[in-house]
Amino acid sequence: MSVTMNQMVAVAMGLNLLALGSSRIPSVIRAVAAQGVILGVLPLFLHGRGIGWPVVLVAAATVAVKGFFIPGLLGRAVRTAGIERDMEPLVGFVPSLLLGAAATVLAMLAAGALPLGAEDAGSLLVPGSLASVATGLVLLIGRTKAISQVCGYLFLENGIYLFGLLLIRSMPLVVEAGILLDLTVAIFVIGIIVDRIQRAFDTLDTRHLTALRE
Amino acid sequence: MISLALVWIPAAGAVLAALWRSERTRPLWLPAVGAVHVVLAFAVLIRAPEVPPTAWLGADVLARAVLPVVALLFLVCAAYAVTYLRVRDERSNRVFVTALLVLLSAMSLAIQARHLGLLWVAVEAATLSTVPLLHFNGTPRAFEATWKYLLVGGTGMALSLLGTFFLGYAALQGGGGGGLTFAALVAHGATLSRPWVLMAWVLLLTGYGTKMGLAPMHTWKPDAYGEAPGIIGALLAGGLTTVAFVAILRVRAVVAAVGAGAAADRTLLGLGLVSACLAALFLVRTVDYKRMLAYSSIEQMGVLGVGASLGPPGIAAALFHVWSNALTEGALFLAAGNIRRASAAQTRTEVAGMATAAPASSRMLVVGMLAVTMLPPFGPFFSELRVLRAALSAGQGAAVGLLLVALWLAFVGMSRLVFAIVDGRPRSAARASDRRFRERLGLLLPPMAFLVLSVWVGLATPSVISHAWRGAATLLTRQP
Repeated sequence: MSVTMNQMVAVAMGLNLLALGSSRIPSVIRAVAAQGVILGVLPLFLHGRGIGWPVVLVAAATVAVKGFFIPGLLGRAVRTAGIERDMEPLVGFVPSLLLGAAATVLAMLAAGALPLGAEDAGSLLVPGSLASVATGLVLLIGRTKAISQVCGYLFLENGIYLFGLLLIRSMPLVVEAGILLDLTVAIFVIGIIVDRIQRAFDTLDTRHLTALRE
Repeated sequence: MISLALVWIPAAGAVLAALWRSERTRPLWLPAVGAVHVVLAFAVLIRAPEVPPTAWLGADVLARAVLPVVALLFLVCAAYAVTYLRVRDERSNRVFVTALLVLLSAMSLAIQARHLGLLWVAVEAATLSTVPLLHFNGTPRAFEATWKYLLVGGTGMALSLLGTFFLGYAALQGGGGGGLTFAALVAHGATLSRPWVLMAWVLLLTGYGTKMGLAPMHTWKPDAYGEAPGIIGALLAGGLTTVAFVAILRVRAVVAAVGAGAAADRTLLGLGLVSACLAALFLVRTVDYKRMLAYSSIEQMGVLGVGASLGPPGIAAALFHVWSNALTEGALFLAAGNIRRASAAQTRTEVAGMATAAPASSRMLVVGMLAVTMLPPFGPFFSELRVLRAALSAGQGAAVGLLLVALWLAFVGMSRLVFAIVDGRPRSAARASDRRFRERLGLLLPPMAFLVLSVWVGLATPSVISHAWRGAATLLTRQP
């Protein structure tokens, strides 16, 4: 069980690097969608034998939202805006790939240094989570297109979700459902705003948002 | 059950307002719900109900120490909104009124949340409900401000969720068996893993500090306050920042129970001083009077951060400052909002002579500016004096010196800008818009009420309120 899980988290970590190194926005969206599907399925492996229907329901909802609904929304934004590439990132593709790789190594080291519970000792969940959070931050800061930044926010959120899996047994489902709902709404609102920015400025380049500064 | 009513009554009001047909009468829901909410908030303050330690939601002494001022702030802003929305009748107010009531409900929930996860959900809900409010003016500049608010604020909320999870993991490994109520976390503080709690503190302070507008996470604030209607600025500067401050205070108590209180206080003191000094420097050079209010608010947040780091007397003084800040900044934002409508511009180069174009609002802007820069007998004078005294008795002389320099710089910067737009001859653009804008009573009484309340909280603080401040300070520093 744990081996399968670790392999899946490792694939998710690979998808981080794929997104960091890619200049085509659709492939970044595909990477985040694939990561969302993996993340949604993970809880089923975590529970082993005793899978109750609430877990299956939450997993199905996560796959639907993270894997299909939000990426679909972003894909539509890409098509309507007619932009395929984030040509002029603030942090180049090779440097961000190197940053991502360094963050992954650091995440492994940090997870080794932090006191983990006995059953989480060999798990890749903590380093995977920290690496995805770092990926998200690099994309948020280093890219200039609004859609790339939303993808960065999604990677950040995926990293947080990975860490949440460590708590899934102890935290009441109410809080989890509330969190999932809130994050979905957050992305939804961001999506609408992206749409509005595009209509108001005829571009999805946030560098044009420079009227407000000191 | 009053504490539940404080949450569901505004929520029910939001639903009803969303379904309400008439554009003209819909804004009346705001003062109606606001008045009920104020009565409930003061009832809960006076009756001081016992809250069971395991409760997820309840008006504990910290909630009672700040909830009434948020309720008062909302009520006065709601009264202003009725006239304001009548002036702005060119756009529908359905989303505006609904979002305001949702914001009130979420703020009441967040202040009373005694569970780490519930607190996060409530703060996130409050954040999301302000998005359509910021965006009310619908200009490209408002889009830009909203986008920055979402991106910076959203990242802050994500980081605070990660911090929540870290603290949850520490609780799971510790003796409490994963209980996430603040009471349980503090009670089992000694058994929690120190590295996880410290990492959680960094993330939660960054996350909720972003919401509060502590430097260097303040970057969204000038844009948002500059572009949003004045009433939204008042509610963000006095309400949402208070919510985030309460969250930081609750988390600080957990960190202190782990035995890392000194480290937590050092970070709070540092961030508070950086915020106050950075804001003062920006105040000296800004030319936009609405952005000036944002920097002034960042400076007040710095004072709160410094106060929170100084033990029980400092925390009580900071809670006092929460009241005087909310009421005084409220007056400033509403008066500045009137001047914005009268002049149709925001910078010193475009606006002058408002003393003739909008005499009453100009007078209130000047008085509010003096009040927020520590002129007695207004609230900020007394509360900041108490913060300074707490810092002196804690042996933080250097911090007091820095804070005094920052306050003086803020006075220089703000008075220069305010007198530049008030004095002189009106610009031609203002004279043209003057005919359309009248200083109606509905736009003048609310900021006036804020100024009166600010004097009241400074000079004649009711003992039940100051008792709640001291009680909250004791609760937050009590060791298990």
